[in-house]
Amino acid sequence: MATATKKKLVQWGPAEVKSALLEKYPPKVARKRAKQIMINEAQQSETPELTANVRTIPGIITMRGCTYAGCKSVIMGPTRDIVNLVHGPIGCSFYAWLTRRNQTDPGPDGENYMNYCFSTDMQEQDIIFGGEKKLAQAIQEAYDLFHPKSIAVFATCPVGLIGDDIHTVSKNMKEKFGDCNVYAFSCEGYKGVSQSAGHHIANNQVFRHLVGLNDEVKPGKYKINLLGEYNIGGDGFEIDRIFKKCGITCISTFSGNSTYDQFASSHTADLNAVMCHRSINYVADMMETKYGIPWVKVNFIGAKATAKSLRKIAGYFGEKELIDRVEKVIAEEMPEVEAALAEITPRTEGKTAMMFVGGSRAHHYKELFDELKMKTISAGYEFGHQDDYEGRQVLPNIQVDADSRNIEEIEVSADETRFKPRKSEKEMEALEKAGYKFKHYDGLAADMDKGTLIIDDLNQYEAEKLVELMKPDIFCAGVKEKYSIQKLGVPMKQLHSYDSGGPYAGFQGAVNFYKEIDRLVNSKVWSFMKAPWQKNPELSASYVWE
Amino acid sequence: MLLRHTPKEITERTALTINPAKTCQPIGAMYAALGIHGCLPHSHGSQGCCAYHRSALTRHYKEPVSASTSSFTEGASVFGGQANMLQAINNIFTVYNPEVIAIHTTCLSETIGDDLPQIKKKAVAEGKVPEGRYLISASTPSYAGSHVTGFSNMVKAMAGMAEPTGKKNGKVNIIPGWVEPADMEEIKRITAMIGVKTILFPDTSGVLNGPLSGEYKMFPEGGTTVAELQSSGDSKGTLALGEWCSADAARELDKQHKVPCSVLDMPFGLKATDRFIDALRTIAGVSIPEEIAHERGQLVDMISDMHQYLYGKKVALVGDPDQLIAMTEFLVSMDMKPIHIVTGTPGKKFEKRIKEITKDMGCEVNVKAQGDMFLFHQWIKNEPVDLIIGNTYCKYIARDEDIPYVRWGFPILDRQGHQYFPTVGYKGGIRLLEKILGVLLDRKDRDDTESKFELVL
Repeated sequence: MATATKKKLVQWGPAEVKSALLEKYPPKVARKRAKQIMINEAQQSETPELTANVRTIPGIITMRGCTYAGCKSVIMGPTRDIVNLVHGPIGCSFYAWLTRRNQTDPGPDGENYMNYCFSTDMQEQDIIFGGEKKLAQAIQEAYDLFHPKSIAVFATCPVGLIGDDIHTVSKNMKEKFGDCNVYAFSCEGYKGVSQSAGHHIANNQVFRHLVGLNDEVKPGKYKINLLGEYNIGGDGFEIDRIFKKCGITCISTFSGNSTYDQFASSHTADLNAVMCHRSINYVADMMETKYGIPWVKVNFIGAKATAKSLRKIAGYFGEKELIDRVEKVIAEEMPEVEAALAEITPRTEGKTAMMFVGGSRAHHYKELFDELKMKTISAGYEFGHQDDYEGRQVLPNIQVDADSRNIEEIEVSADETRFKPRKSEKEMEALEKAGYKFKHYDGLAADMDKGTLIIDDLNQYEAEKLVELMKPDIFCAGVKEKYSIQKLGVPMKQLHSYDSGGPYAGFQGAVNFYKEIDRLVNSKVWSFMKAPWQKNPELSASYVWE
Repeated sequence: MLLRHTPKEITERTALTINPAKTCQPIGAMYAALGIHGCLPHSHGSQGCCAYHRSALTRHYKEPVSASTSSFTEGASVFGGQANMLQAINNIFTVYNPEVIAIHTTCLSETIGDDLPQIKKKAVAEGKVPEGRYLISASTPSYAGSHVTGFSNMVKAMAGMAEPTGKKNGKVNIIPGWVEPADMEEIKRITAMIGVKTILFPDTSGVLNGPLSGEYKMFPEGGTTVAELQSSGDSKGTLALGEWCSADAARELDKQHKVPCSVLDMPFGLKATDRFIDALRTIAGVSIPEEIAHERGQLVDMISDMHQYLYGKKVALVGDPDQLIAMTEFLVSMDMKPIHIVTGTPGKKFEKRIKEITKDMGCEVNVKAQGDMFLFHQWIKNEPVDLIIGNTYCKYIARDEDIPYVRWGFPILDRQGHQYFPTVGYKGGIRLLEKILGVLLDRKDRDDTESKFELVL
């Protein structure tokens, strides 16, 4: 199928591309950006090569959002039975209202505030005289109207500046109600350098105010939490389907289709499976220290990755019953996946992809492109840290700058009554000896080919330039980037909220994704860019009817 | 039920807004600035504001929306954003080279009190603004007014670019307000038919309804040019469409450069369009061509042909003040009954205007400025309607209450066409009517019993 940019040969070497990306910048900007663009060596080192999680340069059109977005929209957005109340002017709450495509099943209790948008709609007098009274009143009104189990309060930029004490207001209201947990997030948009700081702030408060509140032991033999899965396009539903089929009980998901009680009971699980390393590793670490739950990195994006992750979970529990059942499920699910691949890969093989998304997604989705035999020629994160690129072994060597230092790190120690090692030291050692890795993540670079370009915090100018020079068959980023790329005649798939469609996780999700990419890269529309008279502008000698 | 927790019983709320019928000022400023040719909107605040506004506009228009940000950090929030802004100006002109940077503030930069005019002066003094390039700015605190106010403030800043030469240009300034690119195109078509030379600002046609051709232009062909904006001070008069969106800019031109202005309603529906055309005729001293009367007649014809399906139908509408005023009048003129009307934008004048328009309707009308869609929904629960008109968020109410629904306003995130098909003018009125009749008659066809089901409607 013809595409408008059908020059398959990438004529530019990575070093040339890199210098072309930098050539237009003022010298200071060029120096800074040069450190965020890496030609992949595909080797693991102890010290990070690439600079990441640093400030965006003012005026450079970035893909990034703010701390509030990371906290309210990403982490707390998909919680259905918590009233998420934004303290601030109206916009922040409005923009985070249903725009991320988190799906929800309200279940038998039917409690679901996902479709609502709550705000204190701060006015000028609140900014001048303080907004604490208005916040308290808004919490009261939300309580009177809905009687929710929980109300979460989110700070926006002016709240921090005028010094509203949202934590004390929340605490007072919690005490007043008695049957409603109220707590707050200091996630002002100016904190940190991207959404990432907001994830951390959300992790801290969820851990502090929710995790560990309900000790009731839920039924189930193999109990896990799935961390960093947000049920966008129904991903979480597909993963839940697979877990059920395997006999794995998911006590809580952080935070796709989640409930208050799931968070409260999450400490009763026996393993934390971490999907999005960037957004949720903090909670995984803290739960390990406080409750003794080990964590492993998993990935349910990609059929092979899904199978691998299921085996990893089964391997942890180590019981034949589960191991056999997981193998049976994989054997049952894979034929459909393989049939889809056999049909589709002849049309996708050899095509090229670029991905600049998230803090783990660019890595996860590479799996699916690999399965389609497509080559990922350049990738990067919008708000990843160095360990997301180069693996957790670089953690001790990451320089902590002023922006990171401002984000709270909670001191956690083992809970006196609830700490319970899930495995004996001997069992852990045996697992590790057999190649089982806890708290381990290799990062994106290890999976990218040598000579590919890894670019952190890619901006609009560089995106356009990359597409122009390297002519990928598909480009993946977010909604802001979508249409400028497509104007160039290159299909663009949103990998934050997927535009439409999904799920893309698990086995059925993989099949959906293969079909979606087939549709995108082979759509006829990309051959319609030029009208016939634009393709052949010279006037022919005669009219057709002569 | 999607909004299952919304009770029918209405209780007073003084602090909690639920399901807002407005958003904040800066997005309006960004949209207005996109209507200047070769302009890069710039958000002076933290990154999230810019990201959210770009995303919201992109989802509505399905077009690239470029805008930059001062990327405030905690330090900038403490020490002021001047250094960030100056660095941004330098980077923007070096990398993107727009003709104009249109800066708007945010609640962050307003709260810390950054002085944009002073920062602009400094940028010019330090040589950061190349020859023939411009900085304009608007103060758009998110904690006052709404997205409509922000739009108006940026349009006023555009009027501030006027540089009268003393020689009249024979043109009429038209300030269309926050309407779709297609509406701006339609206004240009109408004025061209009448033979009036105009300066339309802002003008997002050709910017946010562009073609797919394999080329990406960061600054597309469309938009009001700097030369036009400068010349607006030499025009013979200004027509401002919409008190909330456009009047301030028109009054500014009047005040600064003695360009007389008339503030009209936005030309949605029959009567508001009549007034617009008549005002054009008077201000430009032209006679109206037969083609316009013909289009008008077609709209009147369609109303009379289908009046039986419109008469007495109750409507609930939510949106922005200027649009709602014109739409309410249009509905009343067709003997429909707009009974619940909500805007999130503040303004007691709005409630007064709606009450005037609906005073002879012979039934109770609920109207609220600075209201929200939660209250709107409760009103509908208490007195059901036959039709809802509003933005995409209304779909949750329409589905729960099973009410026919026409998408109109901002944002529309789930249907297409608003960028391409105008709803202003007589032709636009026909389109609005087609949409209204479409949903009403689809409902009739769905609900009629088999014996009542009819071929001809």
